[in-house]
Amino acid sequence: MQDIKIKITDRDGVLHEVDAPTDMNMNLMELVRSYELAPEGTIGVCGGMAMCASCQCYVKSGHALPEKSDAEEAMLAEAFYVEPNSRLGCQIHLTPALDGLEVELAPES
Amino acid sequence: MIKTDILIIGAGPTGLFAVFEAGLLQLKCHLIDALPQPGGQCSEIYPKKPIYDIPGFPEVLAGELVNNLMEQIAPFQPGFTLGERAQTIESLEDGSFIVTTNKGTRHQAPVVVIAGGLGSFEPRKPLLDNLSRYEENGVEYMIRDPEIYRGKRVVIAGGGDSALDWSIYLAGMAKEVSLVHRRNEFRGALDSVEKVKALKDEGKIRLYTPAEVVGLRGKDSLEAVVIQRATDAGDEFLLEADHFIPLFGLSPKLGPIANWGLEIEKNSIKVDNALDYQTNIPGIYAIGDINIYPGKLKLILCGFHEATLMVQSAYQRIHPDKRYVMKYTTVGGVQGFDGSVREAPKAVIKAID
Repeated sequence: MQDIKIKITDRDGVLHEVDAPTDMNMNLMELVRSYELAPEGTIGVCGGMAMCASCQCYVKSGHALPEKSDAEEAMLAEAFYVEPNSRLGCQIHLTPALDGLEVELAPES
Repeated sequence: MIKTDILIIGAGPTGLFAVFEAGLLQLKCHLIDALPQPGGQCSEIYPKKPIYDIPGFPEVLAGELVNNLMEQIAPFQPGFTLGERAQTIESLEDGSFIVTTNKGTRHQAPVVVIAGGLGSFEPRKPLLDNLSRYEENGVEYMIRDPEIYRGKRVVIAGGGDSALDWSIYLAGMAKEVSLVHRRNEFRGALDSVEKVKALKDEGKIRLYTPAEVVGLRGKDSLEAVVIQRATDAGDEFLLEADHFIPLFGLSPKLGPIANWGLEIEKNSIKVDNALDYQTNIPGIYAIGDINIYPGKLKLILCGFHEATLMVQSAYQRIHPDKRYVMKYTTVGGVQGFDGSVREAPKAVIKAID
């Protein structure tokens, strides 16, 4: 399977265009961690269970993303700096349909 | 002054298991944790989540794993300083250390083990302009002594279990309890949600949803909060209050440990993984999610392994003149400091006539 390209703006405003595998059962939070685009301990705190919101990001492109689960909705309702385009990176599974996705990491809180 | 053989900072699964391995070597442990209960993330963030990679457990709930560990280490009578954060460390001439918490509790031990996970959990504070002005003057992020709310007007914000549970608890004793949440849905246990609904119907809890606390008012101490309804008009109103308790969860911070002179890389403590998980300061070890070395994996099972090797080194440091031979528990059993003994039943040796 082929890699896709994803544009990630980190918390300092720096844009990174990274290759993301779609055959490794990976999510967006894990991708950010694998490229170390946010310091360890500030992202993916709960490991990816939609229970901490440390991987919150803003989706900038018009890609059709999977619906938010109840757990994601509820967690975002308690998070800070939430915008209408906020998502939890750990709940966004990397698939070929997401090629060209553009996201920005939400501030640390 | 609390004195022990091994002082463990962090009472998560790794710290707890270290008590067991130390106990097998007849070393006593004391644990410090910023949270009010043992278990670390397993208890605080995901007690109801199943874990599938604990050797020998095809599936175990995180909370259950903590209960099991507590049972396993009970014979070794560990001491606990809970709800306090390790703040400073001091080395003494005799090679031992004194660790003092943010509340001034002092602990002395020849070996200090940092099993701090991602750091100590600090409350996540809402983004309100004059928040710090009212801290300790009506704004609290954790409920330590519920009695201070008796007869008072309390506003709680949040949508998780702690917001629900404390609203229920305080409904019986405070003069007024108001619960403010950004959504109509809550993220808590079903029976808590139902209980809050019942108390709301009885008029014992005022529920403001979907709404948000957007401001704080008061001269010296808190007198009212500004609540904004999540409608298109976004109308705001004042709600008189003596206390505002925002419960938006906790986020881990490395905190004061970062200033202890330890080598830090990627928010983690560098250790010698070829030998004993000792840090750059002899006598201070780091195990579990908080350490880093080439190939590190942040898994509970790796923390258990690190704890086991660490105590061997700690033993040598505490008893430099003693020779120690590792004993299997199948052979030596488990002899608790409480006098309890667990051991394999003697084999029956009998001839067949």
